[in-house]
Amino acid sequence: MSIPFILFFICAAAAVLGAVLLIVAREPIHSALALILVMMSLAVLYLLLGAEFIAAVQVIVYAGAVMVLFVFVIMLLNAGVEVRTNYSKIAKYVGVPLGFFLLLEVAYWMWGSAVGTTVANGAGAVNADAVSTVDLSNLLFRDYLFPFEATSILVLIAIVGALVLAKKGE
Amino acid sequence: MDFIAQHAVLVVSLAKIAVLLFVVMTALAYVTWFERKVVAHIQSRWGPYYVGAHGLLQPLADGLKFLFKEDVTPPAADRLMYVLAPFLALSLALTTLALIPFGPPSVQLFGQPVFIVANSSIGLLFLFAITSIGVYGVALAGWSSNSKYPLLGGLRSSAQMISYEVSLTLSVVGVLLLAGSFSFNGIIEHQYGSIRHWHVWPQIIGFLCYITAAIAETNRVPFDLPEAETELVAGFHTEYSSFKFAMFFMAEYANMITVSCLATILFFGGWLSPFPDSWKWQLYLPGAGLVLLGLYCAYDTAVHMRGIARIQFAVVTLLCFAGGLICLAPSVMQVIQGPFWFVTKVIGFLFVYVWIRGTLPRFRYDQLMSFGWKLLLPVSLVNLVATALVILLRHG
Amino acid sequence: MSVVPVSYYLVLSAVLFGLGVVGFVFKRNIITIYMAIELMLNAVNLAFVAFARAHGDLAGLVYVFFVIVVAAAEAAVGLAIVITIAHNRRTLNVEDVNLLKF
Repeated sequence: MSIPFILFFICAAAAVLGAVLLIVAREPIHSALALILVMMSLAVLYLLLGAEFIAAVQVIVYAGAVMVLFVFVIMLLNAGVEVRTNYSKIAKYVGVPLGFFLLLEVAYWMWGSAVGTTVANGAGAVNADAVSTVDLSNLLFRDYLFPFEATSILVLIAIVGALVLAKKGE
Repeated sequence: MDFIAQHAVLVVSLAKIAVLLFVVMTALAYVTWFERKVVAHIQSRWGPYYVGAHGLLQPLADGLKFLFKEDVTPPAADRLMYVLAPFLALSLALTTLALIPFGPPSVQLFGQPVFIVANSSIGLLFLFAITSIGVYGVALAGWSSNSKYPLLGGLRSSAQMISYEVSLTLSVVGVLLLAGSFSFNGIIEHQYGSIRHWHVWPQIIGFLCYITAAIAETNRVPFDLPEAETELVAGFHTEYSSFKFAMFFMAEYANMITVSCLATILFFGGWLSPFPDSWKWQLYLPGAGLVLLGLYCAYDTAVHMRGIARIQFAVVTLLCFAGGLICLAPSVMQVIQGPFWFVTKVIGFLFVYVWIRGTLPRFRYDQLMSFGWKLLLPVSLVNLVATALVILLRHG
Repeated sequence: MSVVPVSYYLVLSAVLFGLGVVGFVFKRNIITIYMAIELMLNAVNLAFVAFARAHGDLAGLVYVFFVIVVAAAEAAVGLAIVITIAHNRRTLNVEDVNLLKF
């Protein structure tokens, strides 16, 4: 029972709990909190997988900025309790079980595959060192420079678009 | 002993966490005393002097008051978030202190560095991550109180925090470019030498941007409109009383201490001394300083104090002398250098914080936001680009 | 039994993705639907990072970086649209926004 093993299960349980709470919660603000829980446990899982920089980016950008935006919008729109509608019977009793069956099938196929049995943490782990930020930035700013510049223009377009949309029409 | 040697990491870490928590909680309490005294003297009055000699027991009285106050919960408040918000704020504020190095990593006990709890290679990035989650404490407090003033205060305060967070992070990237490392020890090692090598000189604009953004980030005067008394009753913590309010209060001061520690590490050399290592007389400074402080306290006890305050201050005098003599012991002298300089610089920053609080009027909210986006962010960006250009031209 | 093979991470990613799809299909509040989309993106990110570790290829981490950035841009524009719809139609229920012209 090594520490990475225990930590993995704690974080996996927290992530699944958060996802279930997201679906089950009646108020959107509780769903937002559940999603923040999922993101934080995923950040710890990224740390377990050695991606330090990505874990920090996940917390700073995703959990610390995107989710704050969600929480703001929920507070501004004063989104109240969700209305319960009647789902179609087929969806509830046939759809969801079939979905889970698909999931189980994918999991079964992945379990025995070559990539699946590669050990990530613990004895015999592959690529066990944490990824250094220097290597990642070399890749990002040399091989992937064009996508980097393209996404920065995309973010600029998003900012301008959001500003235009949020102005109450003049 | 054998058990400790085998499980060195666990035992030493737990001991460090316990000591750090104790020291930080005491420091939090006495930062409030420090602030009240300094602001009072700026305003030509005495401040707390009745509860204990020179008001030194005032934080204890305040803490007891908070514990015994009635805990009122607004009727329609969202219970889970109402209780979660102050816990989140305080625990995040205290977690950041685990990353901060108070002294050199070479001082070790059972193979573990003594002066830092979590020695991470990307410490700075983690610190910013934890700071960005801190926004939720404020936003959730405002929302869950189910009342107009807290909601407005919470929204304004969290909008202010996320706006200034961008400038805060950008103003620090200049230092990162110079030092070439995310880890705090790497940044401090880059400033080794004397006061001439500290990052504040090449990065003076970055430092000024950092200090401004940090004051806005911690919701302090002149950027404290969201919690100002005359504007929004008490902002996002209007509906909180007793211990939960005390937790918000402690979280604010803990953030102040964290930001001051970060400023000393990034710009002022952290635990390095301003004098070059070759000046050996500086080893006697901590001890000599404490002995001088003890002499002043002795003078005060003998001349000004009366009654029970005299006994209390005599105890303080004895503690100062004892501390001074311990610092002059040869084995302690080397070890205490790092923490001594670090603590001195942090106290200097806290004094600047409190000085600004006592002197400046506060910004209006729209002035605050336009200052953050239209002035501070462009200046941080220009600083970053200029630093990058200079480094590129220097190293070809 | 103290090793964590990569398949554990992949199964967790699949479970989270599935829960995201369930949330997307069954929820009625437009903001909650959007959050289910973000959950799906996070599940995919986890799969990317797990594969990057398994193959030792850093390109997976670069893709995760881009997914996070694009998700942030999408959230900004999407929530601006949501605010506009909420102001015009005065409802956040997707079933009520079913006419092309108001």
